[in-house]
Amino acid sequence: MHELSVIASLFDTLLEQARAHDARAITRVTLAVGVLAGVVPELLESAFDIYKKGTIAESATLVVERRPFQVRCRACGAVETREDFVFACPACGAADLEIVQGTELILERIEAETADP
Amino acid sequence: MTKKDIIVLQDLLLSNAQAAAAIRAELEGRGILAVNLMSSPGAGKTTLLERIADRLRGRLKIAVIEGDIETERDAERIRAKGVPAWQITTGGACHLEAKMVGKILPLVPPDTAILFIENVGNLVCPASYDLGERLRLVLLSTPEGDDKPKKYPKAFTTAQALVLTKADLLSVLPFDVAKVKAEALDLNPRLEIFITSAVTGEGLDDLLAYLGRAGEEVRRRA
Repeated sequence: MHELSVIASLFDTLLEQARAHDARAITRVTLAVGVLAGVVPELLESAFDIYKKGTIAESATLVVERRPFQVRCRACGAVETREDFVFACPACGAADLEIVQGTELILERIEAETADP
Repeated sequence: MTKKDIIVLQDLLLSNAQAAAAIRAELEGRGILAVNLMSSPGAGKTTLLERIADRLRGRLKIAVIEGDIETERDAERIRAKGVPAWQITTGGACHLEAKMVGKILPLVPPDTAILFIENVGNLVCPASYDLGERLRLVLLSTPEGDDKPKKYPKAFTTAQALVLTKADLLSVLPFDVAKVKAEALDLNPRLEIFITSAVTGEGLDDLLAYLGRAGEEVRRRA
């Protein structure tokens, strides 16, 4: 339930980006959220709708792209998507895995309206 | 008006990660081991710290940052043990963030060996926030049940150690220690596991030896 503080931090970045690009309005915000990021997409959307009122992103849509949990085995090199978070390589059984994706919580891109150049 | 697509690719927890990195650098420069304790409410975080304070008295200086939604109660319990303690009340937030911890750092005495940070009782959100700790301990008490690791994977995958508490109740609870160990190690094969009881003192020496070794390593590198 810390989605509101995640969204508060998102808005700091949105305002910075809007200033840097001289945007009049932000119309779409796309996040990449790993299944192990510890946040619930629906709650992010609710928090976003509360937070955007009266800001440059008032009419923006939030798009949450889910990223599955993927690991790469350091022993055999296999890359696998895991749904159970078990830390053992399905191909060779080794436990020496690195996380490729699934924990991220990233602002990927913003669609903004800018004045004609 | 023209539409413009701006690629940002910024971590939403970046400002917390930066604050945490600054805390880690400062504490490790001062030779202080920082330990973040996470668990559900009532798992025994404060009681464990009370027992640690008793056992380390006169041997190693510790200090404690207490995180709660409301009240000074936990900090008062720690101060009653003669240990410096500061309470952070989040006023509703379900986790501590690095900036809250950063404000306390100037108050931590220079001769502190271990700084414990007791997070808000919650097995979900605290796992997403780095506080600049060197070690993250997740506590699980036997009455909570032996099915928790896979239900709350992030707390277990990001911790260095699992402290099973209230082991004195194992004789009256249907709690399978082997199952918890296996589930936790499935999620995190490098996890250290301690089976403890604040009532009987079981496992506390092993846990303190582990913390002592980690503390020595931080002091050696400082």
